[in-house]
Amino acid sequence: MIDWLPPGLILLAGAVLVPLTRGWLRTAVVLGAPLVTLWAIWQLPDGVSLTAPFLKYEIELIEASAVRRLFATIFAIMSFVGGLYAFRQARSYELAAALAYAAGAVGVCFAGDLITLFLFWELMAIFSTVIVWCGGTERSRAAGIRYAIMHLLGGVILKVGIEGVVIHTGSIQLQPMLATNFDTWMILIGILINAAAPPISAWLADAYPESSPTGSVFLSAFTTKTAVLALILLFPGEPVLVGVGLYMIFYGIIYALLENDARRILAYSIVNQVGFMVCAVGIGTQTALNGAAAHAFAHIIYKALLFMSAGVVIYRTGLSKCSDLGGLFRTMPITTVCGIIGALAISSFPLTSGFTTKTLISEAAIGESLALVYFLLTAASAGVFLHAGIKFPWFVFFQKDSGLRPKDAPWNMTAAMLLFATLCILMGVFPQPFYALLPYPVDFDAYQPAKILFYLQLLLFSGLAFFLLLPWMQRTLTISLDTDWLWRVLFLRVAAWILQGGSTAGQVLVSAVGDRLAALQQWTGRHWGRDGVFARSWPIGTTALWIAILLSTYVLIYYR
Amino acid sequence: MNQTPTPPDRHDNDHWLVRPATIRKLWIGLGIVLALTVLAQALVPIKGYFGADDWFGFAALFGFGSCVAMVVIAKLLGVVVKRDERYYDD
Repeated sequence: MIDWLPPGLILLAGAVLVPLTRGWLRTAVVLGAPLVTLWAIWQLPDGVSLTAPFLKYEIELIEASAVRRLFATIFAIMSFVGGLYAFRQARSYELAAALAYAAGAVGVCFAGDLITLFLFWELMAIFSTVIVWCGGTERSRAAGIRYAIMHLLGGVILKVGIEGVVIHTGSIQLQPMLATNFDTWMILIGILINAAAPPISAWLADAYPESSPTGSVFLSAFTTKTAVLALILLFPGEPVLVGVGLYMIFYGIIYALLENDARRILAYSIVNQVGFMVCAVGIGTQTALNGAAAHAFAHIIYKALLFMSAGVVIYRTGLSKCSDLGGLFRTMPITTVCGIIGALAISSFPLTSGFTTKTLISEAAIGESLALVYFLLTAASAGVFLHAGIKFPWFVFFQKDSGLRPKDAPWNMTAAMLLFATLCILMGVFPQPFYALLPYPVDFDAYQPAKILFYLQLLLFSGLAFFLLLPWMQRTLTISLDTDWLWRVLFLRVAAWILQGGSTAGQVLVSAVGDRLAALQQWTGRHWGRDGVFARSWPIGTTALWIAILLSTYVLIYYR
Repeated sequence: MNQTPTPPDRHDNDHWLVRPATIRKLWIGLGIVLALTVLAQALVPIKGYFGADDWFGFAALFGFGSCVAMVVIAKLLGVVVKRDERYYDD
């Protein structure tokens, strides 16, 4: 009897089986693989339980601990509910890619060493790109290529860091470190790229909204949260993360406020929420790490719920811009209510999961007497209610009567949304069973009357600010430039300018490079060309003669 | 007797939630709730951690002020970074 199975392998097997099956059998695979994975996750004993020889190293394919199990659990739950949401609408290759992507994420959770981490990290990069491409449009094709380039670049940087650490310390162990030298900085940057940290946060809002309505639900969950887990395991207490996290928090809010596309608002909001987690990892105390892990868990649920409600709207109407939407609550009551529950949870409204998890992070800032961080986190909580808590449901479901009267969600999408909406509330009302799963003991009560009152004041007055400033919030048919403008526009313009010889310097450069290239081409042609010395056919005897001469010379030199 | 029909209120056919009367009631309700959350601080003292945060109505003012500041910053940044949505397509 096998006590346990590698959880990632189960999802990977599911990914292989999905394209080979049809009908109810395929549904069974899509829904069954994550459930079996969830079972397998909870069979794993703590510590290393599976190793394999790789090159000259003994890699640890599976190492379990409380925090690893927590992340793997939510990834498995996400795969199941995401599968339920998508199995009737998504194409089979998108479902297969989603399971393989989830397998990568679960693999990262249990990676005991840096090499295994890297392997599963790249598995995620590949299959998440496939999901972006499943959007099936020209824009999603282009966004997928930009996404792949960014993640392959991140992978290379991570690999350089891992190689450096392995060479300089001789250890492939995945253990806490600080960014103190080139190697560790490279690892940190490689991970932060996946967390959508500055200065290249733009990949997330560029790629996720171009995927299919079902694809964005999967994309919202895995990549950034595995990065948070990697930070918890490798860089707890790294001071630079506090600043990086705070930047992400406000970047997400400001860009979401400027945005017109419903899914892009939610994408910026991911950066904002991951910022809370990154900041918590930077604080690095037990309460902070509990907060980061708990918030990641809760975030996956309510963010997927928000993407699901946006996905239903796009699935039913084909529209995603706030300026085209509005008034959908009339015919989509379930989607509206689920969207509002997700929006309240992300805003950490009392009685929702966001409240019981985000307050842990604020508590950690209080515990370390970080006054500025605490006030910025509090201001950001107000900002989250502004950009995601009210703006998203208001512009999509209320606002004005767009005249659209779409049907509500299909039954499977409804079931998935109701499941996650229920979880958002259950985790908010009964947080203690969830706290018991966290990596460190929790001695914290979110529901102190003073704390509830503080957050009610904060959030309700943010709501007032939203409605008073509504004339300033009206959406325009615009996008907002980000740092990706540098490589999407500036680099191309500079390259075009040089190639067109737009200046004397450009012409000199082009002619100098051109002359060198021409000389190189001639030289190559002379030696390797049709009649070049290296391209001629030689009689076998001549070759044998030359070998004999060379060998004799070698023997003579050797014996001298 | 010839009775002139009263012109139907153009909002009568609309969903009850978006009728002006409902919206007026919602605003009044919001005002009452906002006032209550601030006044409740007299009964439930809020513990401050860093000085200012135990002031009466601090969270209300801080939440409102932060949101106004963020909307203004977004508006100003928008002047620099906003482009037509076909910007990258062209």
